[in-house]
Parts: sequence; structure tokens; C-alpha cells
Amino acid sequence: MARGFVTILIERCKGCGFCVEFCPTKVLAMSSAFNSKGYHPPHVVAPEKCSGCDLCGMFCPDFAIFGWKLRNGKAVGGGRES
Amino acid sequence: MIETEDLVEAPPQNPVEPYLRTDRLPHIWCPGCGIGTSLNCFVRALIESKEDLDRLAVVSGIGCSGRVAGYVAFDSFHTTHGRAVPFATGLKLANPALKVVVYSGDGDLFAIGGNHIIHAARRNVDIKVICVNNFLYAMTGGQSGPTTPPSSITTTSPYGGFEPAFNLPHLMDAAGAVYVARWTTFHVRQLTRAMIEILHKPGFCFIEVLSPCPTLYERRNKLGDGLDTMKYYKEKSKIRHGAPTSEVALDKRGEIIVGKFVDRNRPEYLELMRAQHRAQLGDRFVEAPACLCD
Amino acid sequence: MRADPRGVLTGVHFMDGDHACCEGALAAGARFAAGYPITPSTEVVERFAARIPTIGGVFIQMEDELAASIAILGAVWAGAKAFTVTSGPGFSLMMEHVGLAVMTETPCVIVNVQRGGPSTGLPTLPAQGDMMQARWGSHGDYEIIALSPNSPQECFDLTVRAFNLAEKYRTPVMFMMDEVVGHMTEKVVIPPAEEIEVYPRRYTRKSPGEYKPFEPCEDLVPEMVRAGTGYRFHITGVTHDERGYPLINPEAQDKLVRRLKEKIRRAAGELAFYEEEGTDAADVIVVSYGITSRVAQRAIDLARAKGIRVGKLRLITIWPFPDEKIRELARRTGAFVVPELNLGQIVREVERAAAGAARTYAVPHAGGTVHRPEQILSVIEEAAR
Ligand SMILES: Cc1ncc(C[n+]2csc(CCOP(=O)(O)OP(=O)(O)O)c2C)c(N)n1
Ligand code: SF4
Ligand code: SF4
Ligand code: SF4
Repeated sequence: MARGFVTILIERCKGCGFCVEFCPTKVLAMSSAFNSKGYHPPHVVAPEKCSGCDLCGMFCPDFAIFGWKLRNGKAVGGGRES
Repeated sequence: MIETEDLVEAPPQNPVEPYLRTDRLPHIWCPGCGIGTSLNCFVRALIESKEDLDRLAVVSGIGCSGRVAGYVAFDSFHTTHGRAVPFATGLKLANPALKVVVYSGDGDLFAIGGNHIIHAARRNVDIKVICVNNFLYAMTGGQSGPTTPPSSITTTSPYGGFEPAFNLPHLMDAAGAVYVARWTTFHVRQLTRAMIEILHKPGFCFIEVLSPCPTLYERRNKLGDGLDTMKYYKEKSKIRHGAPTSEVALDKRGEIIVGKFVDRNRPEYLELMRAQHRAQLGDRFVEAPACLCD
Repeated sequence: MRADPRGVLTGVHFMDGDHACCEGALAAGARFAAGYPITPSTEVVERFAARIPTIGGVFIQMEDELAASIAILGAVWAGAKAFTVTSGPGFSLMMEHVGLAVMTETPCVIVNVQRGGPSTGLPTLPAQGDMMQARWGSHGDYEIIALSPNSPQECFDLTVRAFNLAEKYRTPVMFMMDEVVGHMTEKVVIPPAEEIEVYPRRYTRKSPGEYKPFEPCEDLVPEMVRAGTGYRFHITGVTHDERGYPLINPEAQDKLVRRLKEKIRRAAGELAFYEEEGTDAADVIVVSYGITSRVAQRAIDLARAKGIRVGKLRLITIWPFPDEKIRELARRTGAFVVPELNLGQIVREVERAAAGAARTYAVPHAGGTVHRPEQILSVIEEAAR
């Protein structure tokens, strides 16, 4: 199975928690830190569990997070796929 | 552990980004607002649909949901309150090669714009309507509208609403839409799939997307935040494809029937127009050029 | 550019003003019309509905005038030349989209075959009561172009011109007919297509990367694009910057609204079309427009027969108002007499432009029929004293 990664654009996040709640493998948790707008972004607590399924990316209302996979040294998923 | 930086040719980018006006982000929508999630699904649907996106036009009316047109990096039209559908009708009929999507709110499409949308469905104009239903008028501060479930508190129903609400899928079904579905912003995969389907289906197609408005609807009705609403969608939604639309009315925090309710075929407007004129005029009939710009 | 011959019904015809207006639109290249039936304007779109399937284009009867007036804007952004047609109550419903067309600089033509108002008023009878509504009917501050024909021939000629001005200035143009001109049947000469000048859409040559939808050219009018050509542009009725992005602040508002007004205002001179006769040594000048100008002609003839030196100024362009022309005439005449089928609208403009240099007399009429020439004559006599 391809390994998964998740990228978080902390400054875009508005702290809604959708990604944390709906990540199927509970990779994420809300951070206690603030971004510059005063929101708590998510952070990765269980990186090894990430499948790169990008469900967090689909849920995020602020385009602040997305999942991707590494296959033969290349990022797939994410905007470089095609 | 392998350092990804060493291996990745180029750092990945959020797949939706090339299709958004990123110079306008962050968007105006509140934390936990579902409009962004629906837009996220829409962009992913566009990518997967393999449509020629240079020929896509997104038309919105006015409202929080109506701001969608301003964030997508396509030909996009932010029109007047309630009138996105007739604008889209003109756009489509004058250049049938365009793929025309109307993206707007429940108040915009069904209160002030109610007359237009039923007629567009009746005519079966080849436009795709995505209606973000947050149960009230958000942009103007949270007034009640034709979809507000009875007993909801809004600024203009301070003692709780009492007007019966529209059942949107039923209304669109009756008016003649060839595709009618309802999903919520929790159903990201199904919603994306439905959006791809309507992009490929000719005729007037309609998707209702239930969406949290934590700032106005949920807060005033003490229903928690956006995440609480998403959990409610998860718990209380039942997928019933093909359900009779008369049975899918909503109430405040009750069960939500989601699914694809209508998927049928009817000749679309221009097809009917051409056939009628050709039959009546014979040799005198001159087909409109592919684009009226020619 | 020359007219597309497919839309030009070259020949000598006997037709009414409404039909001539439709032929003018077709000659100008209109291939899309949206309408909603209303007397006394319906004949325009009825003819369009009959003609367009033999030319190649689309007519759609919408569910109301709000829909008709925005469907044409959609069609224009798809690349068509488009117009809609209405009368009083429908004109009121269209006002929001006049504003949208002004704000988004969408070239289009709105025909109003005027009947008596307010409200349902006199559905079948003439008036000129919407002249100020044509100017000020939508909310906010803007300039508009409005033309007024006084014969079926002009319904043809000036409809072509209305489309041309709409394209040149990227603005909605109001075509202000009235019931009598609309229903009056006269000779209409439609020239060959190669004699009809058509102003093409001002499409940009810039690449999508360079192009900004609201970056003005020297004449303050921006270049246009149409949907589906890869520009991925945004237009909005919200106050916006040159990229078309919403920008809600006083500076953006000032910059945009001033430009929108100024692009019309600075062209007022070249937009001032009128017919002038006998004004050189006139003691009184009759200023009129539309059907009233034909009754006024009779009054002028009667007055001249009585030895009064009367001049004639027939306004063809109503908006922008030809201030400069009135100012110039005010310096060399004693008085203006302004008959119109309303209780005093354009007379206020004449009075304002004359600025006290000449007296101004209204000849009001609430509409329903035209003036009697004697009504106008008696005011000419009074003004000449
Ligand atoms: C003609 C007109 N009337 C009223 C308004 C004010 N207005 C702006 S948005 C809106 C309601 C929007 O509600 P909805 O379509 O449900 O969108 P939401 O903001 O909830 O996403 C209203 C009444 C307007 N812009 N234009
Ligand atoms: S990509 Fe999938 S597994 Fe990884 S964090 Fe996002 S939702 Fe969880
Ligand atoms: S879904 Fe997006 S906005 Fe919400 S917490 Fe996660 S990253 Fe932040
Ligand atoms: S007010 Fe409601 S609908 Fe509008 S952006 Fe905020 S949460 Fe979304």
C-alpha cells in the first residue's frame, strides 16, 4: 500500500474540526496552538496511520488541508497527480 | 523514516487550488460554514469529470452561497438576487457549447428566484443548479425563508417560525427537473459523485446540498457549531435512492432522506425548439449557429 | 463593419413602428431576444419570434420581465447581440437589470413602447411618461443613453444606432418609443446590408494572462471577452476593481462609478442627435421628441402662418441630455416651448440647461392621446409675447 501524507496550510485554517472528526484513521488532532488569525489548526498525531485518502481535504471548507500519497518517490494525489 | 523532501520531485499542492482564485483566499465564509465544503466537492467533481473547463460558466445570485462564483477560476458571473437562473438561461441558449452551472442559496433560488427556477425546470433548459440550503437567509443576518423549518428561530421569526417550508426536491421533481438529488456537506463523496453526474447529464439538473450555517442558524437555534451539524447529518441521514420526493420533506433536526431521487430523460429546450421549427418551417428553417457570437 | 445580410430585409416596406424596430434589431445583428408580452410593445417580439428561426437565433418568452432583462445579459456574455422589449409595468420590473448592465458594462438594448401610467394606467394608449425613469429608474448613480424615434422609419434606423451605441460605450441603451409611433404604419426603407454600419463588439486582443475585464481604454470603455474562450473572467454587480473582483470600499466605488458616468458624459457631444430647423432668428423654439414632435410641427406651421418666428429642435437623443445645444440656443432665443405626453419631465431638463438665459414653457399632457396642435400653438403665442 502506498504511504499517505497530509499537508496542512496552517494559515488558511479556521479551526472547524471537520478534518479531525472525519479522518477515518484518526491521524489528526486539534492543536492547542493558534494561527495568526487566532484559530486552532489541526496537527498530525499519528502520521503512520495516514493512508493519504484525502478525505480531510474533501471536508475542509477552507482548502487548508489535503492528503496525498508517495508512490515510487513521486507525490500522487495533490495537484501534481496529472 | 524517509524524509519526503528528499524524494518528492515537487511538493504537492492542494488539488483544488488551480481551479480557485487563490488570490482571493481566505474566503469570507465563517469557520464551520458548509459552503466551502460544497465548493471543495464541486471542484473535485470538475476535475474528475474531465469536462473542458474553459467552457464552464458558473453563475451565482446574491447571498453567502452566491459568493461561490467569485472564488472559482472559471468564467463566472455574480448576478442579482434571485436571477442567476434566467441569466444562465440566456448564457446557455446563446452558446450551447457552454456548460452552465448555477450555484446559489435556497433563498436566492426559491424565494425571490422561485418563479425562474420552476420555469427553467419546466423548459428543461440544459443548466445544472446546485442549491446550498442552510435553512435561512444568511448574508443578510439570518432571516427566515421558504426553506426554514417551522419553529426555527431567526431574526424575523423571533418566536419561532410557523410558515410551512418547501420540500425542494419535490418542487423540482414536479416542475420537471430530469435529475434531482439531495446530499449534505457530510456526504462529500456522494455529493462529488452527484456533481459529476449532473455535469454529464443533459437537461435541467438539481442538487440540494444541506449545509451548516453555524453563525446564524445553528447558533440562534442552540444547535451547536458546524461540526455538531455535520455529526447530526451523519447520524440522521438515510440514503434512499429513488425515494418518492413527496416523502423527503425536512423538519428541524429530524431524519434527513438523502440520495438521488429523480434521474430521467426528457428532450431539452433547444432540442424541442429546433425540432418544432424544423417541422413547421421545412427548408426555411435556419439552424442557429453553434454560438450566436458567430 | 457591415451588417450581416441574413438579418436585413432590404426593400421598401409599409410597416408599423414595432415591426420596424424588430427589423432594425435584426439588421444590427441581434440574434437573441427575450421578452414578456405587454401592450403596446408585443408586436416587436412577435415579429422576432416569427423571423428568427429563418435567420438563425433564439427567441425565448420568459416568465416575467425580470427574467427577460437578465436573460439578455447572459446571452450577451455568451457573445450574442441581444435585446428585450416592454412597456410601463415591465419597464419598472427591468430596472434592477439596467443597473446590473451598467455596472457590468454589458451592451444591450431595452425597448420601451410607452403607454400611460402609473401602474397599469392606459395599456393601449400612448404617453411619454417614462422619460425620467429611463434616466433614473435603477438605483445608484449612473448615466444612460436613450433615443426617441418619431416614425417607423426611425424605429428602424435608430434601433440600429441604439445597438451600435450600446457596443461602442458598453452600456444598456434605452429605446424610448410610444404607442402611437409603435402602431403607426408608414413607409420604411431598409437599405442593403452593405449600406448599414454595424459596430462590432469590442473584443480584446490581449491574452488571458494580460487581460483585465474592467481596465479602461482611452475612451474609458474596457474591452470585452465572452464566456467559453479561456479567459476565465469574473463579472459582478458588486463594486469591483479592474480584475472584476469585488472591492467594497469608498475608493473603489469612487473610481468605478466616476468612470462609468464619465465614459458617457464625455461623449455627450457626439451622442447629441437632434433635428434642428429655423432656430437662427427664432423668438420661440419648440423642443419636442417622439410622437409629440409631429403634432408640434403642425403647431409650428400654424404659428409661422401667424407671423411668429418659431424654431424647432427635435430631440433624438434624450439621454445624455444635450445640455450644450440647449445652452447655445438659449443664448439666441427668447423662450422654449416643451410639449410632451407627461406632466413635465424633459421640460425640467430644458429649463435647467437654459439656466435662465431663455424662458421655458411646458405644454403638459397626461397621455392617452396626443396634444391638439392648438394647445401647443397657444403656448407658443404666450411665449412669443
Ligand atoms: C433584490 C434584493 N433583495 C434583497 C437583497 C438582500 N439579500 C442579499 S442576500 C439575501 C438572502 C440570501 O439568502 P440565501 O439565498 O439563502 O443565501 P445564503 O446567504 O443563506 O447563502 C438577501 C435577502 C438583495 N441583495 N437584492
Ligand atoms: S489523508 Fe486520509 S488518513 Fe490522512 S489525515 Fe487525511 S483523512 Fe486522515
Ligand atoms: S477542516 Fe480545514 S479549516 Fe477545518 S480544522 Fe481542518 S484544516 Fe482547519
Ligand atoms: S453566515 Fe452562515 S452561510 Fe454565511 S458564511 Fe457564515 S456560516 Fe456560512
